[in-house]
Amino acid sequence: VTGTHHPLTLHFKKSGLPKMAELGAGSLLLGDPAFNYQEHELNERLKRLYPAVNEDETPLPRSWSPKDKYSYIGLSQNNLRVHYKGHGKNHKDAASVRATHPIPAACGIYYFEVKIVSKGLDFLSSLLPLSPILGWDKHSYGYHGDDGHSFCSSGTGQPYGPTFTTGDVIGCCVNLINNTCFYTKNGISLGVAFTDLPPNLYPTVGLQTPGEIVDANFGQQPFVFDIEDYMSEWRAKIHGMIARFPIGERLGEWQAVLQNMVSTYLVHHGYCATATAFARATETLIQEDQTSIKNRQRIQKLVLAGRVGEAIEATQHLYPGLLEHNPNLLFMLKCRQFVEMVNGTDSEVRCFSVRSPKSQDSYPGSPSLSPRHGATNPNLHSAGADSPTCSNGVTPPNKNKSHNKYPGISSASSSSSSSPSSVNYSESNSTDSTKSQPHSGTSNQEETSDSEMEIEAEHYTNGVAENPSARIMNGTYKHQEILQAQDISLEDSCASRQLCGGNQAATERMIQFGRELQGLNEQLCREYGKNVTHKKMLQDAFSLLAYSDPWNCPVGQQLDPMQRENICSALNSAILESQNLPKQPPLMLALGQATECVQLMARVRSGSCSFARVDNFLH
Amino acid sequence: MACLLEAPLRISVLSEVTATSRHYVDRLFDPDPQKVLQGVIDMKNAVIGNNKQKANLIVLGAVPRLLYLLQQGSSSSELRAECAVVLGSLAMGTENNIKSLVDCHIIPALLQGLLCPDLIFIEACLRCLRTVFISPVTPVQLLYTDPTVIPHLMSLLCRSQRTQEYITQIFSHCCKTPEHQTVLFNHGAIQNIAPLLISPSYKVRMQALKCFSVLAYENTQVSMTLVNVLVDEELLSQVFVRMMQRDQPIDMQLTAAKCLTYMCRAGAIRTDDSCIVLKTLPCLVRMCSKERLLEERVEGAETLAYLMEPDVELQRIASVTDHLVAMLADYFKYPSSVSAITDIKRLDHDLKHAHELRQAAFKLYASLGSNDEDIRKKITETENMMDRIVSGLSESSVKVRLAAVRCLHSLSRSVQQLRTSFHDHAVWKPLMKLLQNAPDEVLVMASSTLCNLLLEFSPSKEPILESGVIELLCSLTQSDSPALRVNGIWALMNMAFQADQKVKGEIVRALGTEQLFRLLSDPDSNVLMKTLGLLRNLLSTRPHIDQVMSSHGKQIMQAVTLILEGEHSIEVKEQTLCILANIADGNTAKELIMTNDDILQKIKYYMAHSNVKLQLAATFCISNLIWNEEDGEANAMTGSQERQDKLRELGFVDILHKLTQASDPNLCDRAKTAMQQYLA
Repeated sequence: VTGTHHPLTLHFKKSGLPKMAELGAGSLLLGDPAFNYQEHELNERLKRLYPAVNEDETPLPRSWSPKDKYSYIGLSQNNLRVHYKGHGKNHKDAASVRATHPIPAACGIYYFEVKIVSKGLDFLSSLLPLSPILGWDKHSYGYHGDDGHSFCSSGTGQPYGPTFTTGDVIGCCVNLINNTCFYTKNGISLGVAFTDLPPNLYPTVGLQTPGEIVDANFGQQPFVFDIEDYMSEWRAKIHGMIARFPIGERLGEWQAVLQNMVSTYLVHHGYCATATAFARATETLIQEDQTSIKNRQRIQKLVLAGRVGEAIEATQHLYPGLLEHNPNLLFMLKCRQFVEMVNGTDSEVRCFSVRSPKSQDSYPGSPSLSPRHGATNPNLHSAGADSPTCSNGVTPPNKNKSHNKYPGISSASSSSSSSPSSVNYSESNSTDSTKSQPHSGTSNQEETSDSEMEIEAEHYTNGVAENPSARIMNGTYKHQEILQAQDISLEDSCASRQLCGGNQAATERMIQFGRELQGLNEQLCREYGKNVTHKKMLQDAFSLLAYSDPWNCPVGQQLDPMQRENICSALNSAILESQNLPKQPPLMLALGQATECVQLMARVRSGSCSFARVDNFLH
Repeated sequence: MACLLEAPLRISVLSEVTATSRHYVDRLFDPDPQKVLQGVIDMKNAVIGNNKQKANLIVLGAVPRLLYLLQQGSSSSELRAECAVVLGSLAMGTENNIKSLVDCHIIPALLQGLLCPDLIFIEACLRCLRTVFISPVTPVQLLYTDPTVIPHLMSLLCRSQRTQEYITQIFSHCCKTPEHQTVLFNHGAIQNIAPLLISPSYKVRMQALKCFSVLAYENTQVSMTLVNVLVDEELLSQVFVRMMQRDQPIDMQLTAAKCLTYMCRAGAIRTDDSCIVLKTLPCLVRMCSKERLLEERVEGAETLAYLMEPDVELQRIASVTDHLVAMLADYFKYPSSVSAITDIKRLDHDLKHAHELRQAAFKLYASLGSNDEDIRKKITETENMMDRIVSGLSESSVKVRLAAVRCLHSLSRSVQQLRTSFHDHAVWKPLMKLLQNAPDEVLVMASSTLCNLLLEFSPSKEPILESGVIELLCSLTQSDSPALRVNGIWALMNMAFQADQKVKGEIVRALGTEQLFRLLSDPDSNVLMKTLGLLRNLLSTRPHIDQVMSSHGKQIMQAVTLILEGEHSIEVKEQTLCILANIADGNTAKELIMTNDDILQKIKYYMAHSNVKLQLAATFCISNLIWNEEDGEANAMTGSQERQDKLRELGFVDILHKLTQASDPNLCDRAKTAMQQYLA
């Protein structure tokens, strides 16, 4: 079958699959289970082997290309099997086929295997990764089965390895870090065959004998050679290179830079007490004053708690003129406020209701949802005093008490979190906790609020430069528990979710607010011209009302408390900018820069990028 | 004179140093225990990293006092621990320090200290013991003198990571013989140490791994046990495979590969097991690469040579893995010419390892080429290979010479190489030189190689003969070592094969009949076999048979009778009957059999033997005796007629007749041919 279908839509015949019976059993998906399984396995393996490859930019080879082949070549088995159908009388009858795509540099190390199903009569087979330029033989590299020689760009071969024949599995590994290549035979590396390889090579196979059949494995099946082990060596090498990067004389300088990075990061996110403690320990200065940090922190908490209306008010009060100068930001905030009204969390609707669905703060659906949160715990009163144990070693004296109130919390909570890379820390310092009373009073709400923030796992959305207008996200909180003041009662937190908390007056208020929002949008259109983003935002927000259960509807995603994070960091950045402070912390800038740099390396074909991924260093 | 002026000054400096050291020792004798403790602590701080100070304190007698304080029950546990720490520090110095400490009986004292419940003290004792035991000057036997020590050490393994590290390190350095292996094995070393392989501490994992490598080395019992051990529900071999992963530290990869190699050689893991073929072998090949340290390359090559020595398939795989054959050529490039100029330190390092590298490469080549002709060809075609072997044969280092001759021996199994490269490079010359004066192990290999060079198709045979090799080989047959006797007689046997009368005469003369017959009663059956082979080669072609038999007939017949009557293997008896058959082929020699009724009875006996080979050889002998002569002599016809008549009388015809019905076709044919002689 030599169709021209895209490799992603390959059809796998049952009969062509080894191990199908045992493999197919687990996946009861629609269609051919074997097909699903094999494609799933292929995708999984490719993702595991080449995590740095962006397949939108540089697709990986997944089969032979029906377009790029000699006519003497026949393809079958979803373009994985190659057979020779020419005369095979002399060297001119040799024919080859190449894979659908060249090997992306971001692979770092690329590997594929070919099994010799039948060697034909008078065997000559070669595997060559070769250049995309037509006139294939010019920049081709190969290993011939009949004499074991290697061929490089020309007709004369060099003695290289053993011969190969029916039943042998021959592999080809291209190292895009040092631009070399080696072949394997039945899982044994035969040593470097070529050095100084050019970029953009294609996996290729060449045949010359009638009856010759070979099967390719681009990752559809486990490889005979342990390529992952080979990769691990290079990963270790490159990590070692990074770790041992010489800094020489600049050691002291580096320390100051690192301290500054940590400090500014803490300040940026408003971790006031930690920042102060850090500054004291490292004898550095904090640029922003305490009050300003706390103000920002308070506003952020309001946003993250879904109390956007209050956040807007506070911002207007503390930073007059800020939102007026940022109509886009104000619009975004108002849109969010509308969504929170639907959610029943915004104070404008909550005041109508005694019931407050605090359960929303437990981030339903958040992947790192940990057992301690929300609905399962009806006794959750004021959390401020019972600040949970923290993994940074500060153990509140009222640990036993908190144990009652927070089943499941322990100092080991970070390890029980579903995210292995989670960081679990709290802003609490012991004095705050001890001072706090079992019930937190209004008076010291702001004081204690420092000790209330607990963050698990920060995930950074990378790639600043992809969209110049986008900011680097200041940490996407997978989970953030906002510990509330006394006016929030959580006793009804397990109550079912209802529009605006189920209150009629609140619903009316929400609708009225929606009209105002619509008005604001029209006003902005008049002043600044049409804004597609705004329109979409508004549409999405209003769509919530079209469903009886907004939480379980196609646009219900908006109600997820995680969605507050973007707007929260946007507001924070805007405030900082207005105070002539950097709108993003240098740490995030460096991180974004490093991430972008690694992506750039892939584009300029520097293979080591695949083993220098930023994620590897974020634990 | 300047030096005279300087001398007193030096003395004063020295006395000053001694004075401060003296002070440290004096404080150990203070009546106030608190002051003693402070004194020991000060001493500890004074000796750290100061070899001179350590030597001074030892000379001034600090060790016995420290040991006394350490053993004293009245000492506080803190004082005892500090004493052990200071002793450990003293042990870290030179080898002389260790010798002094051992002479002061530090080992029993510290082993005694291990009985104390205080963990800090135990750790300090173990640390010191570890330092003492890993030194080459310490007799390892001291660990085994007291039978309670090993079980106690096993019981301390669970105390802390430090005890684990020190104890396993002591074990791996003190396990040198099969007896040591057995002692440790019997005290549960495997069960106690296996869990340490997954310890969170790298040092502990590493020392535990080293322990297993020394325990498993050439030890079937240990290896067989190891394959079934589970560590955290994982088979030990899989744990080792994980430790060989390429991102693991090199030391760990190499040691894990050693463990699996030893288990494989001991028969506990098959040579075609994927953990050997796809993991251990490639790992060891990687250890031979240029990127590795010289020490690692030596160990890697030696271990790989050992792994594949008995298995041709592994040899074939290794020969194509990562260009191993070419990679090994680099082992001969030390010290490199560049390093000599640029870096003295590097040159020193290179020189130190150059011999080791060369001998390791020769060993690996020897192992690679021991079976497969294609691999041998590949090796000899490696750049300057034959020249390297030739110069290796005359190196000063015995280790290199031995490895070179092993390599040569391995390659000498190739008919093609004997005919070509061996002759081209005149390897026989250095080989002969090596044979003049060398330790036994070198002699064994060299003479064995010589045997191959003396094969009749070898072009080196002639020049070797002319170099007076016969005397040398004859002297080898008088060696105490059976291996040398075998090689000597084997070489003579090869030499005598189809040789001319002159050479045969020389062999008999040089060896002397007395020695020849002594060899025929040699306790080593290999020697006997080759001696019989020599006799048989001497007794070939009719004129030679008659000549040898005319001069030594009596003794030969005696020896043959003796062997046929003695308790010998089928092969020996067959060879002896073949000699008789050769004698029977002579013109005059025949009579020696015909007139010996005893021998004729024996031949008759063997014609009816249950073993076909013996029947065949005996029948062959009879067949020769009854053969109708065709050549000139007038009485030849009558001679054969007489013999035929005599043999008929003795009942041989009946036996031959029976044998024509034998199930074995060869025997049947042979008997029929013999019968035809009667009809002729």
